[in-house]
Amino acid sequence: MDLSIKILIVDDFATMRRILKNILKQLGFSNVTEADDGTTALDLLKASSFDLVISDWNMPKMTGLDLLKQIRSMPETKNLPFLMVTAEAQKQNVIEAVQAGVSNYVVKPFTADQISEKLKKILG
Amino acid sequence: MDAKLINPFINATMNVLETMAFVKCTAEKPYLKKDDVARGDVTGVIGITGEANGTIAVTFDQGAILKIVSNMFGETITELNNEVADAVGELTNMISGQARRELEEAGRVFEAAIPSVISGKNHMITHYTDGPKIAIPFSTEGGKFTIEVCLEK
Ligand SMILES: [Mg+2]
Repeated sequence: MDLSIKILIVDDFATMRRILKNILKQLGFSNVTEADDGTTALDLLKASSFDLVISDWNMPKMTGLDLLKQIRSMPETKNLPFLMVTAEAQKQNVIEAVQAGVSNYVVKPFTADQISEKLKKILG
Repeated sequence: MDAKLINPFINATMNVLETMAFVKCTAEKPYLKKDDVARGDVTGVIGITGEANGTIAVTFDQGAILKIVSNMFGETITELNNEVADAVGELTNMISGQARRELEEAGRVFEAAIPSVISGKNHMITHYTDGPKIAIPFSTEGGKFTIEVCLEK
């Protein structure tokens, strides 16, 4: 895995951003930016290019699902790897995320190993 | 109240704390809670709707939550600050999500709101419905916490 890639973490809870950032740091990734909801994330994605988005689902203003749909609808980001990390994992949620083009899905609570495994799958 | 509705919340709480904070907890005897005073110093409250409407609250005493949050962050947290309140909100979110997943597997579908967090000694926990309040106390290495489940019907 290329450890220099630019990663955007999107979650409305600072706690979760901190935990994910800690895990990414342990794995060797250091180019990490944070956003606290979908609209902020979208602005950042329009302003510069990222190599991976790790996003929550439930957030005020714009949810992770809507963010994913927006990303898939823009030519510059339509193939951007998108990992959904969410506590919402009822069947309907997973189906909707897959239909919207999610790259992979991690259910909260998670271990550092689970995140690392999914990143390997996504990034090859 | 239906134990089949309560057990998923107990299982989810234990699993969330063990997975995210490496904290083992032991459930103690549940009881019917008659007042609105929180047993802990910081509380996460989440409203659920669906097959039954109600609220789930998880209230931690200071020792328990400081240990939990310190483990989650990998650094020692010594006071009940905004970081701790934020962590309680997210823990409550995860507990709610996992419990609703278990309930869904049993064919019972619920939705949940974004949690709110209340803190301070002897704060009140207001449940949105006036059903019976079942309290399940837990002990952990750092201290105690209690889950309250209040569902109408
Ligand atoms: Mg969220």
